[in-house]
Amino acid sequence: MKMKAFFSKLKDIRLNRWQRILLIIVLAGIVISAPYIIEDNYVLHILILCGIYVCLTLSLNLIIGWSGQFSLGHVCFYGMGAYITTLLITQQNMGFFQATLLSTLLTSIFAMLLCLPTLKLRGDYLAVITLGFGEVFRLFLTNAVDLTKGPAGIPNIPDPVLFGFEISSKQAYFYFIAIVVAVFLFFMKRFNNSGFGMAMMVVNEDDIAATALGINVVKYKLWGFVIGGGMAAMIGSFYAVYMGMISPTSFAYAESIKMVSMVVLGGMGSIPGSVLGAVLLTALPEVLRSFSEYRMVVYGALMVIMMIFRPEGIWARSNRMLNEYKIRAFESVKK
Amino acid sequence: MNKIIETKEVTIRFGGLVAVDSVNLVQRRGEVLSLIGPNGAGKTTLFNLLTGVYHCTSGNIFFDYKNITNVKAHERTKLGIARTFQNIRLVKSMTVLENVLIAHPECNREGLLGALFGMGRTAGKRRQVVEECLELLDIVGLKEMEAEMATSLPYGKQRLLEIARGLATKPQLLLLDEPGAGMNGIEKEELTNVIHYITEKMKVTVLIIEHDMKFVMGISDRIIVLDHGQKIAEGKPEEIQTNPRVIEAYLGSGEFKDEEEA
Amino acid sequence: MFFQHLINGIIVGGIYAMVALGYSMVYGVLQIVNWAHADVLMFATFIGLILATKLNMPVLVMIILAAAFAAILGMSVERVAYRPIKSGNRKMAVLVSALGMSTFLQNLAQLIFGSTTRQFKAIESKTYMVGGLSISNLQILILVVTAIMLLILYILVYKTKVGVAMRACSVSVNNAKLMGINTNLIISGTFAIGAFMAGVAGILIGVYYSAVYPTMGYLLGMKAFAAAILGGIGSIMGSVLGGFIIGIIECLGAGYISPAYRDAFAFLVMIVILVIRPSGLMGAKRIDKV
Repeated sequence: MKMKAFFSKLKDIRLNRWQRILLIIVLAGIVISAPYIIEDNYVLHILILCGIYVCLTLSLNLIIGWSGQFSLGHVCFYGMGAYITTLLITQQNMGFFQATLLSTLLTSIFAMLLCLPTLKLRGDYLAVITLGFGEVFRLFLTNAVDLTKGPAGIPNIPDPVLFGFEISSKQAYFYFIAIVVAVFLFFMKRFNNSGFGMAMMVVNEDDIAATALGINVVKYKLWGFVIGGGMAAMIGSFYAVYMGMISPTSFAYAESIKMVSMVVLGGMGSIPGSVLGAVLLTALPEVLRSFSEYRMVVYGALMVIMMIFRPEGIWARSNRMLNEYKIRAFESVKK
Repeated sequence: MNKIIETKEVTIRFGGLVAVDSVNLVQRRGEVLSLIGPNGAGKTTLFNLLTGVYHCTSGNIFFDYKNITNVKAHERTKLGIARTFQNIRLVKSMTVLENVLIAHPECNREGLLGALFGMGRTAGKRRQVVEECLELLDIVGLKEMEAEMATSLPYGKQRLLEIARGLATKPQLLLLDEPGAGMNGIEKEELTNVIHYITEKMKVTVLIIEHDMKFVMGISDRIIVLDHGQKIAEGKPEEIQTNPRVIEAYLGSGEFKDEEEA
Repeated sequence: MFFQHLINGIIVGGIYAMVALGYSMVYGVLQIVNWAHADVLMFATFIGLILATKLNMPVLVMIILAAAFAAILGMSVERVAYRPIKSGNRKMAVLVSALGMSTFLQNLAQLIFGSTTRQFKAIESKTYMVGGLSISNLQILILVVTAIMLLILYILVYKTKVGVAMRACSVSVNNAKLMGINTNLIISGTFAIGAFMAGVAGILIGVYYSAVYPTMGYLLGMKAFAAAILGGIGSIMGSVLGGFIIGIIECLGAGYISPAYRDAFAFLVMIVILVIRPSGLMGAKRIDKV
């Protein structure tokens, strides 16, 4: 009950325009100064991983929490983005930016094709079939040696050059991912508060009611996979250049489970929840070093415990009480 | 006669059960038509056929003289058929206003690009949508509660909210599935006023399923009685009250008395 | 060669059928997929391995003890991860909880037993040639045990009072409760029976391939699940049929198309079945009520 009171208090805080701008400036200041304060490269690495997982969790949450399709094959899109970008960079000598765009596009198309036959499936069946896709994908990565170099993976992926800057140091990557996270969060928020996002939420909660309101359920389910898959592909591309090498082990079943537990822990269909879930589950095992061996065991146990005691996640969607659609509509016009 | 909806020999089978059996139904624009019948008579199934949740095994459905038998459910809503549900289906995680917003065509058909990159023009459009929806909430008397969660409303108010949501889709025909269920006398009066407002001021035709006979007799221009999936009677309220087949259907299942009490 | 692949297919198919039954029976009663089923199987196989190598137990005793362990573990999984969940969106919550349980068991096994593959030699393998086909004593053992297990299950479900109660629960748990059936006991029993069969299947496959490792349940479980779906989840006969079909397709596919993609065939069959006919070969269709 204390927790509930805490959340309802947090919920009622409403910043005005200037307070919001101030908050953004402060946050930006912290992010910009962070690499100067933190000199330990390992800590920076963990922060970059946090960024990667925040974006991944957002993208998976869009599929699970907004469009209501329980996908266990998210590594499929993540890995596909990473591999296509890598292949385009190393074999076609394409720039990072163009390669990412192309691989995002291709992955989105693939996500749509993958979603088409599964539209009628729900819950466990969808989970199992997406898991199947993920597994077939991993088998393909391991066995199509000509294309993917098999289990050994592709090494020596060159660092990207963006707008004339070569991104190679940990610091540069940190700024890069910080910008990506900010952009993702910005667009997720706009998406969430738009008619489009609300329609998708209705599809998630009750597809029969959605249909009766003139909402094309199929369209939104497809969009869920297309947008979520595309976002995952972008992050996959980032992951590839950041790590400098990729192999099928980075895109195994356990990785999907990890993302699902981040979504579930944070709260399905909740943006702050995604951030919390991703950061907690990435950073905690690193903070408690001795504990990192038990990481997956703890993930599993956490999923069970959460479902029993707080099935809606740490920061549930129901904390979203303010009608942002209305507020935004009126705010912008007043200006 | 301006027919808004017409079914011709509409039939649906679930396995061996014929839930709706060759039903012919005609509703004129502007008239209040009620569907009554004992439980399991196929009333809600008929609604589901009209709105496209189920597709009929045989027969045809015409809306405004267009054959919509094979039109998908959400397309039918766009054409102008809206409905409410017997077992209330509001979006639980949304506020009262949002529940109406998502039914508004300008809102739920907003494009992705507009959603992500839209600036002043989108905001202007949204403001108009919000204002229209608040007006609808005013009609059903829920404007003051617009910021509350939909599920925190009492039962009767939730039904009214469903009506407002149906109206937000800008329908020509509104199907109400037991709108008065679980309402007390005062709420039912309120409901009667809302339905009168909808039909007279908003020029939306209303088709009602209802069990409360006093309510039905008071509000309907015409009544159709279903039993075991078949239409057994049709006519003005006073004709239905004295129709021997109707009385038999109800007394046979022992329901007429219960409904009067409810 | 064809008949050789066929025989191999029937033998692994029997094992898949035994595992598939566990998924199917639990689904029949509770309408949930027991994701942790395969991990219970893996745990039991490790227990069997320890009993056989460290304690030198005779094979039959080892199988029964390990399967009994599986039954207890299976029941505990239900008590811990499924029964306490009573939230609004129960299906989603149970799915996540089941996944969590599966992840938990799998990684716990990795911590306890290590992630390396262990050999499992409980029986000296001998190969006989019959009419140009090779068949080993292990394969015969698997066939016999599978047949016995399926027969016992058949009698249990269709010829005993407990079976009647189980079938009543699979029609409606609530109605069964109103008829005075102790549904909690029946649910626990269903988990126990399913897990017991899975335990036997796990040991058989562990001995057959002489390999035991913490993620062995994952692949085996997915294939068995594919079998359950293929046959129609909830249907006992369907699961058995599905198990044999998946086993045969896998061996024929590995033999004639590509052994590297051996594991992909079951998934592909499952994907196709789910897309074309989600209710499976022998399952009943469900209608959503509006």
